[in-house]
Amino acid sequence: MADILFYVFAAMVLGGGLGVVLLQNPVGSLLFMVGTLGSIAGIFVLMEAHFLAAVQVIVYAGAIMVLFLFVIMLLNLGHDYHADLKKGLGAFTAFATAGFLAGLLARQFGGAEENPIYQFFPGPEGMDQLLAEQGAIGAVAFPLFTDYVLAFELVGILLLVALVGAVALAKRRV
Amino acid sequence: MLAETLALSALLFVIGTFGVLVRRNAIIVLLCIELQLNAVNLTLVGLSRQLGIEGQLFVFFTMTVAAAEAAVGLAIIISIFRHYRNVNIENFNLLKW
Amino acid sequence: MTALHLLSTALLQVEAAEAGAAFAPFLPGLVIVLPLLGFLANGILALRTGTRTADSVRAAAATAAEPAAHATLPVSRGSAGHWLPTWVGPGVVGAAFLLTLVNFVRMFGVELEEPVIRTYWTWMTTGSLSIDAAIQLDQLSILMMMVITGVGFLIHVFSVGYMREDPGYARYFAYLNLFVFFMLVLVMGSSFPLMFVGWEGVGLCSYLLIGFWFEDREKADAGKKAFIVNRIGDFGFLVAIFILFATLGTFDYVEVFELAPEVFLPGSAVVTAITLFLLLGAIGKSAQVPLYVWLPDAMAGPTPVSALIHAATMVTAGVYLVARGGVLFALAPAGAAAVATVGAVTAIFAATIALEQYDIKKVLAYSTVSQLGFMFMGVGVGAYAAGVFHLVTHAIFKALLFLGSGAVIHSMHHAFHSTHKGWDPQDMRNMGGLRRFMPVTWATMGIATLAISGIWPFAGFFSKDEIIWYAGAAATGEYRALFTVLWGIALAAAMLTAFYMTRMMVLTFYGENRTGAAEAAHLHEAPFTMTVPLAALAVLSVVGGWINVPEPVQTSLFGGFGLLPMSEWLHHWLEPVTLAADEVRLATLGPYAETAPIGGGHVAWGAVATGAAFVVMILTYRSLVGRIVVPATESVPVSGFRGLLYNKWYVDALYDRLFVQPVVNSSRFLWRWIDQGLIDGAVNATGAVTRGVGWIGSLFQTGQVTTYAFVLTVAALAVLGSLLL
Repeated sequence: MADILFYVFAAMVLGGGLGVVLLQNPVGSLLFMVGTLGSIAGIFVLMEAHFLAAVQVIVYAGAIMVLFLFVIMLLNLGHDYHADLKKGLGAFTAFATAGFLAGLLARQFGGAEENPIYQFFPGPEGMDQLLAEQGAIGAVAFPLFTDYVLAFELVGILLLVALVGAVALAKRRV
Repeated sequence: MLAETLALSALLFVIGTFGVLVRRNAIIVLLCIELQLNAVNLTLVGLSRQLGIEGQLFVFFTMTVAAAEAAVGLAIIISIFRHYRNVNIENFNLLKW
Repeated sequence: MTALHLLSTALLQVEAAEAGAAFAPFLPGLVIVLPLLGFLANGILALRTGTRTADSVRAAAATAAEPAAHATLPVSRGSAGHWLPTWVGPGVVGAAFLLTLVNFVRMFGVELEEPVIRTYWTWMTTGSLSIDAAIQLDQLSILMMMVITGVGFLIHVFSVGYMREDPGYARYFAYLNLFVFFMLVLVMGSSFPLMFVGWEGVGLCSYLLIGFWFEDREKADAGKKAFIVNRIGDFGFLVAIFILFATLGTFDYVEVFELAPEVFLPGSAVVTAITLFLLLGAIGKSAQVPLYVWLPDAMAGPTPVSALIHAATMVTAGVYLVARGGVLFALAPAGAAAVATVGAVTAIFAATIALEQYDIKKVLAYSTVSQLGFMFMGVGVGAYAAGVFHLVTHAIFKALLFLGSGAVIHSMHHAFHSTHKGWDPQDMRNMGGLRRFMPVTWATMGIATLAISGIWPFAGFFSKDEIIWYAGAAATGEYRALFTVLWGIALAAAMLTAFYMTRMMVLTFYGENRTGAAEAAHLHEAPFTMTVPLAALAVLSVVGGWINVPEPVQTSLFGGFGLLPMSEWLHHWLEPVTLAADEVRLATLGPYAETAPIGGGHVAWGAVATGAAFVVMILTYRSLVGRIVVPATESVPVSGFRGLLYNKWYVDALYDRLFVQPVVNSSRFLWRWIDQGLIDGAVNATGAVTRGVGWIGSLFQTGQVTTYAFVLTVAALAVLGSLLL
């Protein structure tokens, strides 16, 4: 069952991705992106990362995509989008490059299932046990607020800087 | 399942790269960059199933940074739009010499 | 009183005499340094006041760019700095002459066996080579110093009058002083490299002074020609001293001449090679065949320069070289015979050309070449004293002849300038009858002509006679045939000398005046500063030959039966220097003969020579004095054999065809194809390649974000690939 769901979600992810890249209409691209994000959230759930799935939907699909949509609407795009996709030699080169990259990654990730390094780690059973003990949110929260609290705080400052920067850049000059 | 996940994320990443190189609309380019980031997130979560909770923590941070970057990037695009009246990235060619 | 006391002690070496009779030189270094200081003073003045020549000043005045008043001309008469070269120029040479005189008197009273060497500092030491900056004082060098500073001083004084109105006045004296400095280095140096320093230096000054009026292209070219032809000789000199060092390991005269008889076998290839290369150097410097072509062209320089450099001093450097290196030449009879042969050939060859020249200075130039040939003959047959004797007397009367011709040209130039007649003031066909206008010049030049023609009792008779005699006396053993021929050539050349000198005098001073009626009013005698040196030299020309008269001649008619104050002083004076060479020659070739090749003693042949010369002079005078001479502009070109002589046997044209044109053409080829094509092309190509690479690099800088993203992706791919593959 889980496998079938996984393949369904995978197809939706890839379909959404292709839609993002190939659609001329920017709003359409955006909507396909939302679909992609939702499917990824589904896959997160299948991976037993429930908290992240929720965060993905709320933050990514809910906030960032909305931001994109706001900007698209603000700039009033979506009317003259006929020549949005590059054609010809540039596209072919990009395709070739991407293809090489794909091949490379495929070769690398081919033997991921049987890597001997896994013996040092808890593995899926250990993860399940952790989740059972601390719950989905607790499993993420405990390390976040103890071992990695510095990074957590810095990321907060980063958000503040981004906020200030975005406002300073985008505001109208008076 | 891990292998399929990794393959999926690799493919998604490649699609994202292709999109970055091919699209003319700056906002859509940013969107494709988000695709790439999501692919990476997928890899991380997939591997965290084998290797521990740190993978998911890192996704947390990645998502945060992606949000910040999207905000700032869009603010820049808005500033540029005020000058050029369109967001075709082929017009942003002042980084020449 | 104290000055007198100082002078007497300086002269008589009273203190030294108490210590035991040895020669203590009196400030010899100062003799060299004084002219150098003169050069510096005059040179600095010249640099500050400009170095334009008369032509450019006249041109500037003609275009009214600046006023032509004398006072504004740089350093000519009337301008502010004029006094400096006038007093410092001749002054330093005069002071040097006085110092040399003091040293001469000191040496005179002492029987000097070995040369006195004064070392000042070490010039260079590398490996086994060590050359000191040292001067050597012996009889030969002090004699040369006397000639150089004495005649040089007179010529400097003459130049004060001659160059008075030339804007390059200071520059002229700077160069002239520099020349005296280098010439002194040449004769006073104690080793071959030091002689070479002087050798090159006088070559440089010759170039500077010949091309003194450098704005005239021909004159500048003449200077270049002199320097380049000299260079060929310099190569020979250098090769010779390199071989010397390679075989003997030293350059100093004293050591070389000590070692040479021990190390070299008489007549061996090595020492013959050395002498032949030294001969090459001497041929270049002393204008012998085939490298004489620069001397007639050198007449483009001011006349006092011709007098000093190309008559009295620089060209005698070759003779000095052979005399100094007498030991080497005695060890290589073939080399010495080559010297004599070159001398003889040159003597007759140049004399033939002088027969048909019309430019007064050219006649004197070829005469100089011819007389240098005589000197070479003298030192070539081992008669070093005779060769040097002729050097001294020739310096006197040739300087007098040149200075006199300078006075004549000066006067003719004024005459033509004042009426703006464009005739050549140096062409004898434009002169004539100048005896009435310039009596002093006429008289002094007449004395010099008698001297050079070998008329008794003037200077040239004794010196030339000596050489001819020794050329004949050396015809013994295996060289009998050669030297007999040379002896005959010498006699013939002497006769030709009488002929062309008389011709010169007749054309210039006798007959009708061809200058033109209006110009003749401006012909006048030379000023005081010019006539006094002439007179001084004339006196010397009369008595100068009485310092080296052999015994048999002294007691004969030519010596006034012993009553005239003649002596064989010079021969004995130079004996310490020539002793080694004489001994070697005696050992290898045997003694001189007692009679001439076809019989007859010294006195007899002297009588024949002077008598024949006298007859030639009379006949020439009689035949030429009444002849109508057409001024230069109206004269027809000379043809036939006379034309061949007039055109200098077409030697210059031959050299041009054989050497100059091929060099010019190959240079042009190299310039166009190698220098411009290959080398410049390579340099330009480097630049073009760099530009090309830069252009390729610029293709990446499109400014497009997508391009940069693409490059980024490709680079990431490459890194990833290299890590994973």
